[in-house]
Amino acid sequence: MKKHNIFKSIPLIIGVSFVTVLTIMMLVSLFYTPYSPNAMDPSDRLAQPSFTHLFGTDNFGRDIFSRVMQGSQTAFLIGFSAVSIGLFFGFLIGACAGYFGGWIDELSMRIIDAMMALPGILFAIMLISVFETGIRNTIIALGIMSIPSFARIVRSGFIQVKQFDFVKASIAKGAGSFRIIFQHILPNVTSPILVAVTLSFSGSVLAEAGLSYLGLGVQPPDPSWGRMLKEAQPFMSTAPWYVILTGLFITFMVLGFNLLSDGIRDLQDKKS
Amino acid sequence: MKMITIKRLFIMLFVLLFIVGCSSPTASKDTQGKTNHSEQNQEKSSNEGGVVRIAMSTEIDNLDPYLSAATDTGSMMDNVFDGLLDTDENGKLVPAIAEKYAISDDGRTYTFYLKEGVMFHDGSELTADDVVYSYAKLGGLNGGEPLSSRFEIVEKVEAKSPLEVVVTLKEVDSAFLARNIVAIVPKDYEEQSSKPIGAGPFKFEEYKVGQELRLSKNENYYDKENTPKIDEVQFKIMPDPESSILAMQAGEIDILPGISKQGLDQLGDTVHSISGPQNMVQLMAMNNSVKPFDDVRVRQAINLAINKDVIIDTVADGMGTKLGTNMSPAMQFYYEPGLEDRYEQNIEKAKELLDEAGLASGFTMELTVPSDYQFHVDTAQVIADQLSQINIQTEIKQIEFSSWLENVYNNAQYETTIIGFTGKLDPYEVLVRYVSDYGKNFMKFQDERYDELIKEAVRETDETKKAALYKKAQTILTDEAAALFIMDPDRTTAMRNGVNGLKLFPIQKFNLEDVTVTK
Repeated sequence: MKKHNIFKSIPLIIGVSFVTVLTIMMLVSLFYTPYSPNAMDPSDRLAQPSFTHLFGTDNFGRDIFSRVMQGSQTAFLIGFSAVSIGLFFGFLIGACAGYFGGWIDELSMRIIDAMMALPGILFAIMLISVFETGIRNTIIALGIMSIPSFARIVRSGFIQVKQFDFVKASIAKGAGSFRIIFQHILPNVTSPILVAVTLSFSGSVLAEAGLSYLGLGVQPPDPSWGRMLKEAQPFMSTAPWYVILTGLFITFMVLGFNLLSDGIRDLQDKKS
Repeated sequence: MKMITIKRLFIMLFVLLFIVGCSSPTASKDTQGKTNHSEQNQEKSSNEGGVVRIAMSTEIDNLDPYLSAATDTGSMMDNVFDGLLDTDENGKLVPAIAEKYAISDDGRTYTFYLKEGVMFHDGSELTADDVVYSYAKLGGLNGGEPLSSRFEIVEKVEAKSPLEVVVTLKEVDSAFLARNIVAIVPKDYEEQSSKPIGAGPFKFEEYKVGQELRLSKNENYYDKENTPKIDEVQFKIMPDPESSILAMQAGEIDILPGISKQGLDQLGDTVHSISGPQNMVQLMAMNNSVKPFDDVRVRQAINLAINKDVIIDTVADGMGTKLGTNMSPAMQFYYEPGLEDRYEQNIEKAKELLDEAGLASGFTMELTVPSDYQFHVDTAQVIADQLSQINIQTEIKQIEFSSWLENVYNNAQYETTIIGFTGKLDPYEVLVRYVSDYGKNFMKFQDERYDELIKEAVRETDETKKAALYKKAQTILTDEAAALFIMDPDRTTAMRNGVNGLKLFPIQKFNLEDVTVTK
């Protein structure tokens, strides 16, 4: 078992390479895009992909490649922030519920159940329509949306690890709850959390694309893949590359993180 | 674990294939070729029945013509109801239920002589009493709330004889005549919202919420020359423009109003179309009561920074008429030509004006756009791009149309917004929006000269003098840069080959009584 080679896990390889390429693209876009993503050139509308415009231009004559690059920033920002919010609160709730048990567990899990009963995207749409559209509220909504899954995973991890002898030993030694949670239990539940993080990341990216497609997420003219997909829709027959390329990038991103999470899970299944 | 991955992969692949499948031009041509056959079959069957199916993008708000506010609903239900007068393609008023009318010398009393033998769909005869009932209801003359502010001007309405109605106005209002196209409803009938009854060329059959509205031919239509040729009309509610284009391609739709140029290209020569200005004013309204838009120099600078031709080319695919004031050239007689070229794009001059206003370093403005209208959202993006040249940063904020009505239209809580004013028959209804004390003047435009001109024009009974006054008023709107007037987007209606007879009107209306289905 020890000889298990990470390079033998095909999903992991594909996942890592997709994510790496996208990350590099995002990092590069921070400093350089071939054209300004919002610059319009009405004389060069819906141009086909060529050497001057790698992915062609959209209906305003904006360079699609630059917008896809810029859009990756949005995707990463939303994914990262939403996961952070979800992880932070999800961990707090899950850890308390799993470690203390009893009525705290009951109460918090019933709240989480109630949250899970609402389909995530509907919940996000509701939040956004009550407050305002925009990137901040999108992040908050998606963050809240991902709390339940984190809470559940952390809780079950904690319940499992809590019963191990070394935890009982440190309780007997008089260690505080805080110390036990973070020093003794947390290191033993990192891998399921890692899986949840990658999964939730791709979920958030997809949800943001969905919300922006509905006009509720990121506001124009800032590029977001979901909104680009919507803007490309009327030109499906005249400029098919616009909709295909944008859709492909959403697919790469979501697929990349999903495969990454499957890869990590496979690794850890084999380890145990 | 592996199973889940595979499943997920399949889903992703499916989504991908779906996107590709929808967009590949060769694929769509294939389906086009196939559907041509089924279309021919359908043509045969729809020929016998004479059914015309029309795609509509918005839901019906109310079947009662007095309670409905949506333009689309009005254009559908207009076929069920007739008014005393009607309009032709040029916006000229023509007789409908009323055979003729007379206006007293003081301009306050209108006498309408009704045609004989006009029947409602329930078989009862339309008499002067029904007209009195209808107008009293609209004007709130029976103690109720007026249902239409445009009929508050009516002082009293009387039936002189079964075929003679006299309407007296509180004061002279030259815009009143054009309002007589309003629906006449049967007296004391209270179920207009569920089963509407009128005297129009089509009878109401059935309405399935969110799906379709069915109308059938009125065999006893009073206007024998204009009795419908087709037996049935089905308005299909299809909010998504893409799916209605696909439906037309598949032969499920005969008439598609408001189609884009892309859509028309996609449908190719299976359809023919009519197209022209729709008497709409698309504008970027600036709240004249908030800083910095209270400064005419800032408004002028914004006007100078925008190249409207670019907006027309990119957003409307070149299918639009440039505007310079709150009036479309479709209103030929009242339109003041030349205003559309008053503000040619001139970045230097715009910057100078901003400098004079003390805003050389620019500012950030919020542009509120109703998210339901991609056309306006696209316009907003071009404007944002062009305004950045004079250091104005634009934050686009999309809101639901219902919130737009509440915040912007009713309460003027906004900085700038983009909207289209739909066409009216009388210039007063178009220009009154900018009168200082008009309730829905959400532009908050204030100008005494303007108020005076509009007041004078509405009292003027001489057509030529009236037109001159309205033209002067339009010039003020341009000089003061009351808003950024953008364009009158062409409205294109696609018809399946074999369907003919539809015409364009200065108000949104379908002359379905003239439509024929051949082949």
